[in-house]
Amino acid sequence: MEKRKNYTVSVYTENNVGLLHRISAIFLKRHINIESFTTSESEIKNVYRFIIVVKMTKSGVERVIKQIEKQVEVIKAFYHRDDETIFQESALYKMKSSSLFEERHIQNIIKDSNARIVTVNTEFFVIEKTGFREDTEKLYKDLAPFGLLQFTRSGRIAVSKEKMGISEILNTFKNQK
Amino acid sequence: MKNKKISGAEAVIHCLLNEGVDLVWGYPGGAIMPVYDEFYKFQDKLKHVLARHEQGAIHAAQGYARSSGRVGVAIATSGPGATNLVTGIADAQIDSTPVVCITGQVPSHLLGSDAFQETDIIGISMPVTKWNYQITKASEIPEIFAKAFYIAKSGRPGPVLIDITKDAQFELFEYDYKKCNGIRSYIPYPEVNDDSIDHAVKLINQAKKPLIVWGQGVILGNAEEEFKNFVEKSGIPAAWTILGLSALPTSHELNVGMVGMHGNYGPNILTNKCDLLIAVGMRFDDRVTGDPSKYASQAKVIHLEIDPAEVDKNIKVDVPVIGNCKESLQMITNKIDKRSHKKWISKFDDLMKIEFDKVIKSDLSPNKKGLTMGESIIAINEFTNGDAIIVTDVGQHQMVACRYANFIKSKSNITSGGLGTMGFALPAAMGAKMGALEREVVAVIGDGGYQMTIQELGTIFQLQIPVKIVILNNDFLGMVRQWQQLFFDKRYASTEMINPDFVTIAKGYYIDSERVKNRKDLKPAVERMIKSKKPYVLEVCVEKEDNVFPMIPSGASVSDIRLD
Repeated sequence: MEKRKNYTVSVYTENNVGLLHRISAIFLKRHINIESFTTSESEIKNVYRFIIVVKMTKSGVERVIKQIEKQVEVIKAFYHRDDETIFQESALYKMKSSSLFEERHIQNIIKDSNARIVTVNTEFFVIEKTGFREDTEKLYKDLAPFGLLQFTRSGRIAVSKEKMGISEILNTFKNQK
Repeated sequence: MKNKKISGAEAVIHCLLNEGVDLVWGYPGGAIMPVYDEFYKFQDKLKHVLARHEQGAIHAAQGYARSSGRVGVAIATSGPGATNLVTGIADAQIDSTPVVCITGQVPSHLLGSDAFQETDIIGISMPVTKWNYQITKASEIPEIFAKAFYIAKSGRPGPVLIDITKDAQFELFEYDYKKCNGIRSYIPYPEVNDDSIDHAVKLINQAKKPLIVWGQGVILGNAEEEFKNFVEKSGIPAAWTILGLSALPTSHELNVGMVGMHGNYGPNILTNKCDLLIAVGMRFDDRVTGDPSKYASQAKVIHLEIDPAEVDKNIKVDVPVIGNCKESLQMITNKIDKRSHKKWISKFDDLMKIEFDKVIKSDLSPNKKGLTMGESIIAINEFTNGDAIIVTDVGQHQMVACRYANFIKSKSNITSGGLGTMGFALPAAMGAKMGALEREVVAVIGDGGYQMTIQELGTIFQLQIPVKIVILNNDFLGMVRQWQQLFFDKRYASTEMINPDFVTIAKGYYIDSERVKNRKDLKPAVERMIKSKKPYVLEVCVEKEDNVFPMIPSGASVSDIRLD
């Protein structure tokens, strides 16, 4: 049996309503669970970038990449192992303001974890931490005993170590015209 | 045209005319009425055929596309009109058929309000379309239609759906049409890599027992001539998938028959004996490969394919040759040695003799009383001189027709291959006829599938579309019954049918019709049907419990093919 691993799938696309559905449907059709999914405008104006984390076999992810690239409005898709990318996740932790003063230990936890207080008011304060999953997870475990009002973590964002060359692809098309 | 404002609905007509469309299939309704009003005004330039169900319209558009090589167009209203297209869209997607579907949609300000006949057809059709788009402003119409036609027919063809809100159909704007010549994120014709050609040529020149398996890519790429040249110069025996059928004439000496579940004995067995498998424009469907881990594992595999996503999808390939096979076949043919493989081909002949004795003889010249599907197909061959377009549905009759029908010209076998859509044949046949008026079109349909879209007899009657319809009636859902017999200890759950009088039904639509039960009546009846210039329904009552052989049991290896 081929081993399943974490892969970061990066997809460059045109800006189009519905593409998100089209791309996620490719995973749905194959009964693949998406671990995380984020999208934003990329370094090129009007070109969007999806970052999708999946646990799959190598041959499985290769097939999925081809299905994604087959979509008319997808410019290019890539997949990378964790060691081939620089990746981060962000997490927000909302806590009662009173705990900040009553439980002095919290301040040490924040300092030691290199987290940052985003806002404080009389009711609550919000801590932000960006890092690997283990980092945000550890901070969660450390803070949980003091009572978390809310907790949320973003999907993975990642850049590849290798060059992706999207501008070159778009320029080739322009030159052909 | 510029500077004069027209409505979005009128623009739809101009877009269709600009794309060279002269025939569309459809069914009107509230959300598409402005466009229908324009069909009325432009009826001398653009023919609209009213189907009896939207599924009939889309299958007709598919049949039209497959017989003519042009883009088929189907149009429907929102809600149920749109959802009734979905089966045909899925069928066109898996069989790579170029169709453009146009659906009406509720006005844009009502989107998401669960308005009357609102349905999210963009969301529903997304997984089964090559591309789709919702138009909410008239000004988008020209560009989106140009893109839709370009995407539907270029590269690996497929279905496209355009959903147009009703307000966009009414809105006035300045119309200007520019054809689409390219989309920056879309590479329909990947460039053929010279190294892959050289690698393929080397393997072909060295091979001692090579086998070609070709699919519909040869037809879709208009590469029949290039394919024939390749086969003849290489001297390699060539077998076909169900959708590749008719790209090379049946009588061609290197045509060794069908691969797959009910294919011929020789090409299936020898798939696991060849030393080189050259797959041309086919996608290694599971009905072709059986157990993929035991498929041609002894052979090197070359795959000529336009869609990179098909390479290494089901079968690991040694040499992928990505690109249009019209190009790559020619490049390979130029470089290979002229050869013949007489000794290897004699193995196919030997296995064909075995298949003939065990299966074909009793299929075609039965000594039992009841008629067989096989002899019905042979009778059609005889009176059409093997020059008809044969449209089949799904099931036993489909397999028998593909096994025994003769073909001279390409684009002559039209069937629902990938999706296996019962009910496909009757509407697809009327579409096929309209796409190739000079050809004889014979629909061969089982009694089950016939009743799934039987309402299209109304369309055939109203337009007097001269299709010849042969119902091979065994009063069973025959293929399911065959599986029940072989794999479910003859527990015939819900497969026996008490059928209506098909002749009376045809007569109700004023269509000429007759029924044959006896061998002596078969050929004269087929002859009368073919000679008729009008639509015709011939019901052939065949043996109730005949089976289709050879057969590769589901999940078995191709070389485990059974003859009985």
